Amino acid sequence: MKKRLLIAGIVFIAVLGLSAELPWVRVPMIMALVYGTAALGVVVLLRAGQISFGHAMYMLISGYTVAFLSQAYPGADGIVLVLAGTGVSLVTGMILGLFLVRYRGIFFGMLNLAISMVIFTIVTKFYGLTGGSDGMRIPRPSLFGIDMDRAGYEATLLVILLVLAIVLIFSVQQFFRSSAGQAMASIKTNEDRLEYLGVSAKKLLWQGYALSAALCGLAGAFYGLSQGLVTPEAGYWLKSGELVFMSILGGSVHAAGVFVAALLFEFVKVYASTLMGGAWQLVLGVSLIAIIYFLPGGITSLFRKKRKTLEVRS
Amino acid sequence: MGIDTLLLALIDGVSYAGLLFLVALGLTFIFGVVRVLNVAHGSLYAFGGYSAASMGIWFAQGSDSITLFLLAIVLGAGVVGVILGYGLTVLLHPFRDRDPIIQLLVTFGAFMVLEDVQVMIWGTQPYFVSGAVFQMGTSELLGVVFMNYQLWFIPSVALAVYVLLSWFLKHSLKGRQIIAVTHDREVATALGVNAGRIASLTFIIGATLGALGGALASPTTSLVPGVGADMIVLSFAVVATAGLGQISGALIVALMIGIARSLSVYFLPQFEVVMPYLIMMAVLLIRPQGLFTVAETRRI
Repeated sequence: MKKRLLIAGIVFIAVLGLSAELPWVRVPMIMALVYGTAALGVVVLLRAGQISFGHAMYMLISGYTVAFLSQAYPGADGIVLVLAGTGVSLVTGMILGLFLVRYRGIFFGMLNLAISMVIFTIVTKFYGLTGGSDGMRIPRPSLFGIDMDRAGYEATLLVILLVLAIVLIFSVQQFFRSSAGQAMASIKTNEDRLEYLGVSAKKLLWQGYALSAALCGLAGAFYGLSQGLVTPEAGYWLKSGELVFMSILGGSVHAAGVFVAALLFEFVKVYASTLMGGAWQLVLGVSLIAIIYFLPGGITSLFRKKRKTLEVRS
Repeated sequence: MGIDTLLLALIDGVSYAGLLFLVALGLTFIFGVVRVLNVAHGSLYAFGGYSAASMGIWFAQGSDSITLFLLAIVLGAGVVGVILGYGLTVLLHPFRDRDPIIQLLVTFGAFMVLEDVQVMIWGTQPYFVSGAVFQMGTSELLGVVFMNYQLWFIPSVALAVYVLLSWFLKHSLKGRQIIAVTHDREVATALGVNAGRIASLTFIIGATLGALGGALASPTTSLVPGVGADMIVLSFAVVATAGLGQISGALIVALMIGIARSLSVYFLPQFEVVMPYLIMMAVLLIRPQGLFTVAETRRI
């Protein structure tokens, strides 16, 4: 435990130090933490063997909640906005989860995709209310009741996100180790065995789904706050695909991996778009395939101690 | 809303369904054998369209010959289908024993790469090559004028592909081998079927179908970056609604979705894009495995 705290502390100081030294790192770093948080939500479902191709919709829902609220109540604090956005996403996830947990595999993924496309379209079409594809502006709110200039605001967001990421990594990891988390992992291996033990797989998956929606909502709210803008693009299926990609790249060994993957993703994107112009997708695609090929267990498998782990093969 | 509007919507729907069916057919065909949901299928659609348009400009420019135009479509789709289809099998080969999710992500990576390659080759300007479509003329049906291309050509190509493919699968040796591999890869291999070769054959056929959909769509829609991404989600919806690997199912669902979509274009324009997904959700709510799939026995 001490060692983990030490590593977390070192990462914390390293990220902050780097962002203080090099201001251009700050925004990609914030985006990486935001996407890492969202992808962590996808990892929770992945743990149960389910992939969702629509989870960016919870980022979208939360982002627009933040935008609407900040228009309706101009003085609202950023933290309140984040809580509200996350709350709305959580509730939406709980409702949609009720029927989505009946499906598995490709159908689960495709239904999430379908719902996200419906939401994407509604947001794009209702121009008068949502600004259509131009999106909605979110004026910079106060944080913890303090008004800040841009640099201070970004730095504060970064600190909040970093602390949040560390807390989330530890608690999600704790969740995976808990009996509920272990039971959820066995939805992947064999659901019927789980049911014979008297555990409701649907209920477990529902809880996991709600958690993942909340995590994506949290990420979406911070996305809106840091960009100052939400557009329907944030919820397009390609974004959901990117989240799935990050979660697979991160690997299933440790929840921290997904943040490393998000960081890698974001920086490859930044570098590729400055060096290669428009072809950042090409660079990203090639590097993603290469990583899958050379690191079958995801990024975290690099750091795994050489010990015999019990692998359950289905 | 008169009868002619309804007719217009129906014909539009059927012609759109024909395109959708071709693309979805390729997707579901590949899934049946290789068990990979090929995200790069959207790129195949886009590449097919672009390459048919380029061929049209290249050797049919100026002349309004229908034969040359057809040649452009077939060649455009064929070249893309064979090259990209084979390329994708080669790419997927090292991952064949991995989790299906991983394979899906590899095709997603390929999709990202192809999106940029497409912009590099054809740029971001919209392409629109439609000379020969007008050459095919129009016909009048109950007082409404239709382009022959949409009224006869696309639906009959789709139908011909369906009949040919069904015949090929049922009556030819290769086709029967494909069916055998679809049902049980292990047993088929034990009986002496080269499952690897069958898989690449299937992939090439499926890819060509996707490209053919794009090639046929190219004269009536303008090609811009992003058409692939839109088409792939639609054909996902068709495939999931029909049930994975269901060929006849894909035809029926494509018709359902195509007609419902064009009806909503005329009568409920706000719902146009949402319609396919609403149908998919409604169907899956009632039949969780898709319309035409027999429920699998669960493994204990």
